[in-house]
Amino acid sequence: MTEDVHIEASEIPEAMERVYGYPESLTRVATHYCPGCVHGIIHRLVAEVLDELDIREETIGVAPVGCAVLAYNYLNADFVEAAHGRAPAMATGIKRVNPDKVVFTYQGDGDLAAIGTAEILHAANRGELITTVFVNNAIYGMTGGQMAPTTLPGMVTTSTPTGRDCTLAGYPIKMSEILAQTAGAAYITREHATDVSGIHRTKKAIKRAFLAQIHQLGFACVEVLSTCPTNWNQDPWEAMQWAKEQMGAYYPVETFKITDAVKTLKV
Amino acid sequence: MARQLLKGNIAFAEAAVRNGLVAYFGYPITPQSEALEHLSGRMVEEGRTFLQAESEVAAINMVYGAASSGVRVMTSTSGPGLALMAEGLSYIAGSEVPVVVVNMMRGGPGLGNIQPSQADYLFMTKTAGHGDFHPIVLAPSSVQEIVDMVGLAFKLAEKYRTLVIVAGDGAIGQMMESAELPSMQQVRRTRPDWAVTGARDREPNVITSLYLGAEKLEQANLRLQKKLTEIKANEVRYQLYQTEDADLLLVAYGTAGRICTSVVREARRAGLKVGLLRPQTLWPFPEARLAELAGQVSGILVVEMSAGQMLEDVQRAAQSHAPIRFYGRMGGVIPMVGEILEHLQALADAVIQ
Repeated sequence: MTEDVHIEASEIPEAMERVYGYPESLTRVATHYCPGCVHGIIHRLVAEVLDELDIREETIGVAPVGCAVLAYNYLNADFVEAAHGRAPAMATGIKRVNPDKVVFTYQGDGDLAAIGTAEILHAANRGELITTVFVNNAIYGMTGGQMAPTTLPGMVTTSTPTGRDCTLAGYPIKMSEILAQTAGAAYITREHATDVSGIHRTKKAIKRAFLAQIHQLGFACVEVLSTCPTNWNQDPWEAMQWAKEQMGAYYPVETFKITDAVKTLKV
Repeated sequence: MARQLLKGNIAFAEAAVRNGLVAYFGYPITPQSEALEHLSGRMVEEGRTFLQAESEVAAINMVYGAASSGVRVMTSTSGPGLALMAEGLSYIAGSEVPVVVVNMMRGGPGLGNIQPSQADYLFMTKTAGHGDFHPIVLAPSSVQEIVDMVGLAFKLAEKYRTLVIVAGDGAIGQMMESAELPSMQQVRRTRPDWAVTGARDREPNVITSLYLGAEKLEQANLRLQKKLTEIKANEVRYQLYQTEDADLLLVAYGTAGRICTSVVREARRAGLKVGLLRPQTLWPFPEARLAELAGQVSGILVVEMSAGQMLEDVQRAAQSHAPIRFYGRMGGVIPMVGEILEHLQALADAVIQ
């Protein structure tokens, strides 16, 4: 079991300043994610943000159904495990009775963009003071590579063996563009985690999204274009490039909504 | 507190407020929407949480979230809404958080109608969601009893960390009668140690129904079954009416049970020695008491506002000790005293010399 693999903290001589280390908000276990999957990177970004804002002990996370179902094994915070797509509803229940706590959902594209569209849309529209990290890799990873609502046109999956025919299977859905239309949303942005600058931008966006909640400015969601080398039948490097180029062409990396109040936040 | 004239839906909602309800999440559905309306005002007045959700699916998951955080929380609905909540009910059972749901049953299947019914019996007691679990199901037969049972429901839910369904019907929700509300109770400020409240100065808490690995999940199921066995041993509730010398036994709950108390009086006037067993818990079902009574009487008549759902539990408990007959009305029709008396007389003619 991966849970048994413990990573020891590195020893630093006292005279030296620590400039980089293992986030306290990340547990010291190896993840179960495939090589080239960026869930691990995004987990770490969330953990760094929780550390930097010093909110780990005030935070309650909501894990999804999908590959990140075990997020609570990797993030060192209180967690609940939601039913498929219902994380925003569960987060709503938690936040409403704990208005002084920080509540976030971590969801994939099947969870948020298919079965959970009603819950995410209404949470956003209510201006629910929660933060959502939306990991979009255009496929159902955990169930074995079936078509996701975000699967690109023509893309081969285990349930679109000849490629997604949009006239039959529908069109890839652009959730960030839709969520940006809701009055309750304060900050809706799409980033990617496929190269160093993209990862830095993603971290800033996640930090801004948590700050928007802490300052009670409204609902915030960061979509992150991600990879699934295993189910895309690509090697990790190839998958990174494919996500950046192919997914990026359909899903522009852009901030779709940012209120003036969120703009003034120092990230 | 003085007795007052109260409508069932408003009475149970106000009883919940007075029992220290911290949060209510719901979706309007007839015949219980007055409860949601009442709470929309009262909860805000008291500085507590009220939210009208986008669906019953969302409502039950909001309840699940708040319950995970260790506060007193409820929702209320009717059959079609309960069906939508089934997903959440199973997660709530699997992760063992205390939740109270009031289900004011209406006619089905499908959209059915909005008249009173008891056709959700099997759904609530046996199959409220996927996996092996039973909620505690309480069955009130009057406005006073639903008021009292809401208080009991919270106590049981929290004692056992389990799901409790208060199973009324459209008649109990809509009727007005005199009842006494409990006095105002303070909201509990402390949270249980298992709840998610932010991992300050402790290890993180995780509320989940996920156990990867067959053995781990089996262990979780064994723990759940142990708890259910304990509930079965300790929480059976029922009311007996004139059963001491009874030759014939009526078994009915809720609105049908209440009508059957009139049937007992009428039948006794006509010379039939009839008694009534009215289950107040549908799960756990009062099977031991029923088995004893089945040994005492010459015949049993089960009366329900359904095609005969509790009937299966009566048959199982009574075994072959006494012949069992059934009389039910469906689709929202309430059985009248005269109709039930006719069936009781027919049973008497068949089993008593």
